[in-house]
Amino acid sequence: MTLKITPLNAAHRAMGAKMVDFGGWDMPVNYGSQIDEHHQVRNDAGMFDVCHMRVVDMKGDGVRTFLKYLLANNADKITLPGKALYSAMLRPDGGVIDDLIIYFMTEQWFRIVVNAGTADKDIAWMKQQAATYAPNLTITSRDDLAMVAVQGPNARAKVWQVLPQAQAATEGLQNFQAADCGEYYIARTGYTGEDGFEVMLPKENVEAFWYALNKAGVKPIGLGARDTLRLEAGMNLYGQDMDESKHPLESGMGWTVDLKSERDFIGKAALLAAPAANKLVGLVLLDRGVLRGHQQVHCAQGIGEITSGSFSPTLEQSIALARVPSGVQIGDQVQVSIRDKMLAAKVVKYPFARNGKSCL
Amino acid sequence: MSNPSNLKYTASHEWVKTEADGTISIGITQHAQELLGDMVFVETPKVGRKLKAKEECAVVESVKAASDVYAPVSGEVTAVNGLLDSSPEAINSDPYGSWMFKLKPDNAADVLALMDAAAYQVAVDSEAH
Repeated sequence: MTLKITPLNAAHRAMGAKMVDFGGWDMPVNYGSQIDEHHQVRNDAGMFDVCHMRVVDMKGDGVRTFLKYLLANNADKITLPGKALYSAMLRPDGGVIDDLIIYFMTEQWFRIVVNAGTADKDIAWMKQQAATYAPNLTITSRDDLAMVAVQGPNARAKVWQVLPQAQAATEGLQNFQAADCGEYYIARTGYTGEDGFEVMLPKENVEAFWYALNKAGVKPIGLGARDTLRLEAGMNLYGQDMDESKHPLESGMGWTVDLKSERDFIGKAALLAAPAANKLVGLVLLDRGVLRGHQQVHCAQGIGEITSGSFSPTLEQSIALARVPSGVQIGDQVQVSIRDKMLAAKVVKYPFARNGKSCL
Repeated sequence: MSNPSNLKYTASHEWVKTEADGTISIGITQHAQELLGDMVFVETPKVGRKLKAKEECAVVESVKAASDVYAPVSGEVTAVNGLLDSSPEAINSDPYGSWMFKLKPDNAADVLALMDAAAYQVAVDSEAH
């Protein structure tokens, strides 16, 4: 099978990236040391090729009403242009189809950013639901747009250095808010636990933008460091920490599910009918070793499983997200089965690290 | 970095050095460390453990992944490199200086039968395609 490539593929190779097959995409895993790249983002500024993620525009009368039914979070929470909302999109049985961000553009237009690996499935689901509930809406995959995430304490200043014309419109942005700057749509969002922007722009401009950022001192960061950064920040990864087989309350997504409002949404009845037997917690390994996905977690209340685990460069010890029985408490000590050993780990409240430092 | 010509190699990317006392030191190759990336943890076998050739006996873990290390020949573990407990990253910066464990081979001829540097390079090159 031929791998799909982003418009930055040649730039990655020119910058010495080690490329890997990431869900059918030819993507950079690192440009040298993954740990150095991790610290670069925590301490200064790094840039990520996220062109493989998909921007979807949903337009037409009643788009808000439709999104309130389609998504587990409540689109009524965003009423100012540029405001963003993180949400799960659920199946009727409560399984998570994807996690995504929606942006309020106008009452006739919402923008949705979805994961790469789920984009086609997501769009098919949206269209199928719209055919029944909102047949007048248009749902367009914006394959003409590219996306670059610039993250780190100095990220915003570096973006302004490269795009001075965008500074006035983006200086006052709060977290989870975006501004339309002509060809650039700039959001103060990210997947690292650091300040920064995610920039959507025309595909044909992205390579020049990438090199200009690099010239301004922003280093390219691969998928390896992206994973340790998001794990430290306590952010879920679709396909690992959540998927269609688990409902969002068992995947640490309770804060994104609006069960308070009167509105009905797809999956709501299933969530109300089945209280969560498990929950997602953080683990810190006390013994020497590295926590990894699918390792078993032995708790007093039963057996759980690690959904994402790695070595934390910020904490210099191994951390994980794990799905464990609901009775497990913060501070409990548990045993993780690694190869032929049982190693001690402590249950902690995540995030583990954000904004350059430990949260523990 | 080229693979030193005084060492022997395995298809599973271990290097083997014959010491003056007849024991062999074992580590992982430049190619292996490059594939795995930043090392964060090394688990070595117990001294005195008897190993069969190709038996899993150690683990190296990078940020990215865990990878087994295999005994290149049959023999008994005589020493482990405790420095790697606190400095696993030495495997990245100096793979051929970072031995993980030593074996007393059951049969010295087994070591001679392993790949030389040129044969190992051919094996690595063919793996890349």
